[in-house]
Amino acid sequence: MKKTTIGRKVFVVFNYTFLTLMALTCLLPILNQLAISFSSSGAATAGEVGIIPVNFTLDAYKYMASKAAFFDSLLVSFQRVFIAVPLSMLVSVLAAYALSKQNHEFAARKYYIWYFVIPMMFTGGLIPTYMIVRNTGLINSLGALVIPYLVNVFNVLLLMNFFRSIPKELEEAAQIDGAGHLRVLLSVILPVSAPVLATVTLFFIVNHWNSWFDGLIYMNSPEKYHLQTYLQTMVISRDLMAMESLRDVRTSGTISDATGKAAQIFLAALPILLIYPFLQKYFTTGIVMGSVKG
Amino acid sequence: MKKRKFLKNWPLHIMLLPAVILLFIYNYIPLMGNIMAFEKFNPNKGLFGSKWVGLDNFKYVLLMPDFFQVLWNTFYIASMKVIASIVVPVLVALLLNEVRNVKYKRVVQTIVYFPHFLSWVILSGIMIDVLSPSTGIIGDLFALFGAKAPFFLGDPKLFPYTLVITESWKEFGFGTIVYLAALTGIDPTLYEASMIDGANRWKQVLHITIPGILPIVFLMAVLSMGNILNAGFDQVFNLYSPQVYKTGDILDTLVYRIGMIDAQYGVATAVGLFKSVVSFTMLTISYILAYKYTDYRVF
Repeated sequence: MKKTTIGRKVFVVFNYTFLTLMALTCLLPILNQLAISFSSSGAATAGEVGIIPVNFTLDAYKYMASKAAFFDSLLVSFQRVFIAVPLSMLVSVLAAYALSKQNHEFAARKYYIWYFVIPMMFTGGLIPTYMIVRNTGLINSLGALVIPYLVNVFNVLLLMNFFRSIPKELEEAAQIDGAGHLRVLLSVILPVSAPVLATVTLFFIVNHWNSWFDGLIYMNSPEKYHLQTYLQTMVISRDLMAMESLRDVRTSGTISDATGKAAQIFLAALPILLIYPFLQKYFTTGIVMGSVKG
Repeated sequence: MKKRKFLKNWPLHIMLLPAVILLFIYNYIPLMGNIMAFEKFNPNKGLFGSKWVGLDNFKYVLLMPDFFQVLWNTFYIASMKVIASIVVPVLVALLLNEVRNVKYKRVVQTIVYFPHFLSWVILSGIMIDVLSPSTGIIGDLFALFGAKAPFFLGDPKLFPYTLVITESWKEFGFGTIVYLAALTGIDPTLYEASMIDGANRWKQVLHITIPGILPIVFLMAVLSMGNILNAGFDQVFNLYSPQVYKTGDILDTLVYRIGMIDAQYGVATAVGLFKSVVSFTMLTISYILAYKYTDYRVF
């Protein structure tokens, strides 16, 4: 504060440069993909595109617009998110509220909490999980992508820890006025829990939007794939196969639709990009309050 | 008395009921389903009708020519990731903490958190482009120094490191959140007091900031022990190809190929169970350590 030493100045310059570079490495690959999607196919295949489109064109997006499979899978993704997220929130909030009670108020809590934590520590594994989804008749239906995920223990604990940090006096005042548990949850707890509700909603949306493997194993026909599974099978695995046979994707010339691929990838990332600013302000407080106490 | 308490709390039991049932079906039944590791499992005969084969599936796994290579790959990749997942975020958090320009700090945070929220399907689509030695940006970057970019995704020697670096790239920003929170939790009077004692910024970092976040670094390190066999299925599956199986194949991808592709359910479950048991043991040890040496409580 009194004087800045030379060492300090050097450090500050280094620090800002380093952090700017780190941020750029996170930003540039995504901008590169966006630029490719707006470039001519020739420029993209030749690898001339940096972060500014070369020979700007909307061809890739026009091509996409004619691709029914892409939009079908997009629709499945939206259905999945709009059905799964509200249901998951309902189940999780109810469970988290009950678990947020003190042991002396709710004696059974200590058994329930173990019941919730054990699955977090010991998972059934891929094949047994697949078998139960199959045996409950969910294969090839949207239910396979929704029902097994309704309870996410991590999210329940996040909600629970936040609910526990709410001053008891608020709740007690409502109870004296004759409010039952449901009333307390709706009128006292939820109104002051916006940060954690936003955080957990974000987590559910992102989890459902991003998951891809479940579609691959639970759906038998490609028209039932949601967007990420569609991308995985149509774009990624094909690229990896091309890489295997010819060492390098683009030089092979087999992926002439490099721009179409970039457009699809960008469109799949777009919903996340759109909700990100609204929820970003919540999730840090939500996470910090939920996981690291005191 | 007991009865009255139950009567008062019955809404709580009802509130828990949906979650309890769902957990039972989709988490506890698969847990029991692990007994198919000891069966020649046939989906048509079911869990109790399939032939019991004792430890045969495990013997089969141990005799597979690649098993130990895959186990080693998993351990090697996962432990490098665990180390990187602590070192990089701590370093970046410490550097961010020294930034005085609040706006700049917020912009950097917003950008570096973002890749965490993208799936490996999307990111590998981007990575395949970026890391292409002939046409990707990485090629241009190496050309800048007059060098030829190596084939990060196709060279078995480089592939594990490519996994670790790209994983760190995706997660380091998000990882800083916990440490930044710990840094803001350090008592500001400590800094004021040290200034009066004539400590410079470097001394403050060394004697206040670093000791201030050491407990949480220790905690995160302990808790990450459970990941010792989690090499990252989503990432590996979307980036690997047969030419890098030798160094890039991991337990989870092996389970997928044996189970879902070859339909050898019993054998695949055996590999999965082995992984679950190791992870569970490490996780339990880590929770006990965390419980003993920090005030961390899972619940």
